[in-house]
Amino acid sequence: MAEDKEVIIEYLKAKSKVKSKHYFKDFLELFPDKKSREVKKILSDLVKEGIVEYWSSGSTTMYGLKGYGKQEAAEEGDAEA
Amino acid sequence: MKFETPLLDQLEQGPWPSVVSDIKQEAAHRAANPNGLDYQIPQDCCEDLLGLLELSYKDMETHWKHGGIVGVFGYGGGVIGRYCDQPEMFPGVAHFHTIRVAQPSGKFYSTKFLRQLCDIWDLRGSGLTNMHGSTGDIVLIGTTTPQLEEIFYQLTHEMNNDLGGSGSNLRTPAACMGMSRCEYACYNTQDVCYQLTEDYQDELHRPAFPYKFKFKFDGCPNGCVCAMARSDFAVVGTWRDDIKIDQDAVKAYVGGEFVPNAGAHSGRDWGKFDIQAEVIDRCPTHCMSWDGQKLTIDNANCVRCMHCIDTMPRALHIGDDRGASVLCGAKAPVVDGAQMGSLLVPFVKVEQPYDELKEIIENIWDWWIEEGKNRERLGELMKRASFQKLLEVTNTEAEAFHVKEPRANPYIFFKEDEVPGGFKRDLADYRSRHQR
Ligand code: HEM
Ligand code: HEM
Ligand code: SF4
Ligand code: SF4
Repeated sequence: MAEDKEVIIEYLKAKSKVKSKHYFKDFLELFPDKKSREVKKILSDLVKEGIVEYWSSGSTTMYGLKGYGKQEAAEEGDAEA
Repeated sequence: MKFETPLLDQLEQGPWPSVVSDIKQEAAHRAANPNGLDYQIPQDCCEDLLGLLELSYKDMETHWKHGGIVGVFGYGGGVIGRYCDQPEMFPGVAHFHTIRVAQPSGKFYSTKFLRQLCDIWDLRGSGLTNMHGSTGDIVLIGTTTPQLEEIFYQLTHEMNNDLGGSGSNLRTPAACMGMSRCEYACYNTQDVCYQLTEDYQDELHRPAFPYKFKFKFDGCPNGCVCAMARSDFAVVGTWRDDIKIDQDAVKAYVGGEFVPNAGAHSGRDWGKFDIQAEVIDRCPTHCMSWDGQKLTIDNANCVRCMHCIDTMPRALHIGDDRGASVLCGAKAPVVDGAQMGSLLVPFVKVEQPYDELKEIIENIWDWWIEEGKNRERLGELMKRASFQKLLEVTNTEAEAFHVKEPRANPYIFFKEDEVPGGFKRDLADYRSRHQR
């Protein structure tokens, strides 16, 4: 689990300059051998630990590193709740 | 009021109730503060809301930004960040988040519950509510970030309630009032709704779906929660045996002893009840007949539209072998057009612990999470990947009622496991019979 968390944190850090919010599916691609439930568990744990946070438009939810990106900024194409 | 609102004022002119009047009423109430509350968000937020809305009408553009990271700890849904893009002009609504709260099943409220909810929201929010949102939950409109955890604590600890769903997760499930009041209920809608809400807490509060997913439970085809139009997974009550007929009661309707439609539509005189015109001829499949003495139904051709039962409820009753149909893929216009649900399972018994339903749901989720694109609803995936694929992932045998139209493509490709011996052949064996 700890290793898997590192994979996610590294990925988010590497991407942080260009992109602060990521769809759940982006993480599935990091772990091609894992079931979505397992990946969700890793992410939920990172949220609990305060490392990752959710961003929501109301209709769509994305994940990002806590403190990165502008909290109230809208994402292109998320114009409805 | 802080702002002149000539454009909004026009919205109060029509004969219908006006949201503008409601907001003004709340603004006046907050200004007067008759209960001496120590308001936790700006007292004049409703006045700023009116000012902002007026500006939006003037500019013909919204002044709300969309989305945010706000929420309560550990939950990925239930709170929707809302920020206005003119915070200096309208500081009272600079932060004005929406909170979704689970509605009681069938929307049965006690006055105590409503009072508690209003007390929390008067103190910690704008006082404005939306009873209920499109999904069916309670929508509390407008509060600031520091109030979120406080409200959540009070909702969960003092009211034994929970936040609803938002974002890419399971949305607050909804059911009609079903067996609690309604004789047409073919299964216990409220119980399934409650049970699945409990069983799928993780899906409700920790988003990991491509997009939103809704369940709705109608007890019969009358569809009081419109499950078939409003939910990705609609469970609609039905029966497999015959409509029960009380011939004496039919005669009583014909003779004028019983009022049709249980007395609805009584606002004007429609004349004497005419069973031929009002029931027999209105049956969508023309499967009923009336010979002046006896009502006959060809049940094999009844599509359970409910019309005859609704018209003569004392004479006709739903059958005894009850369950539900499952329809998948309904959605609103966003992204790829509106759709109604498509029939997947014509009849399933809906009995505790609801394993049969849950198996279908979970198979669908596994497929959709794996194959669905970001922001693609189940209905869109069904269109893109084919209804056949949905049958496959839910282990459903294709049947004639699954067919929407004759096929447009003349080719049929077998899958390897459908062909005896598969696609492999023994080349040596072949050559023993065929020269090069
Ligand atoms: C025991 C509680 C309730 C029952 C049995 C009940 C029943 C109904 C029924 C039968 C309708 C008509 C549906 C139709 O015409 O298709 C209706 C509509 C409506 N009810 Fe209730 N209701 C209840 C509580 C509430 C509460 C508490 C509210 C709001 C605070 C509410 C708001 C509405 C609204 C706004 C409509 C119109 C919805 C529409 O036309 O789209 N109801 N209700
Ligand atoms: C004149 C004022 C407004 C009108 C006419 C209006 C109208 C609507 C309508 C028609 C819907 C969809 C139906 C529903 O969900 O019930 C909706 C949903 C919503 N509105 Fe508004 N709205 C107004 C103001 C606001 C404000 C001020 C906010 C927040 C700052 C807001 C936040 C939302 C949200 C979050 C939803 C989604 C609710 C859900 O899906 O359950 N609305 N609104
Ligand atoms: S959907 Fe049917 S069972 Fe449910 S309340 Fe409406 S009429 Fe009654
Ligand atoms: S329920 Fe509808 S389809 Fe069935 S007999 Fe009555 S009117 Fe006809």
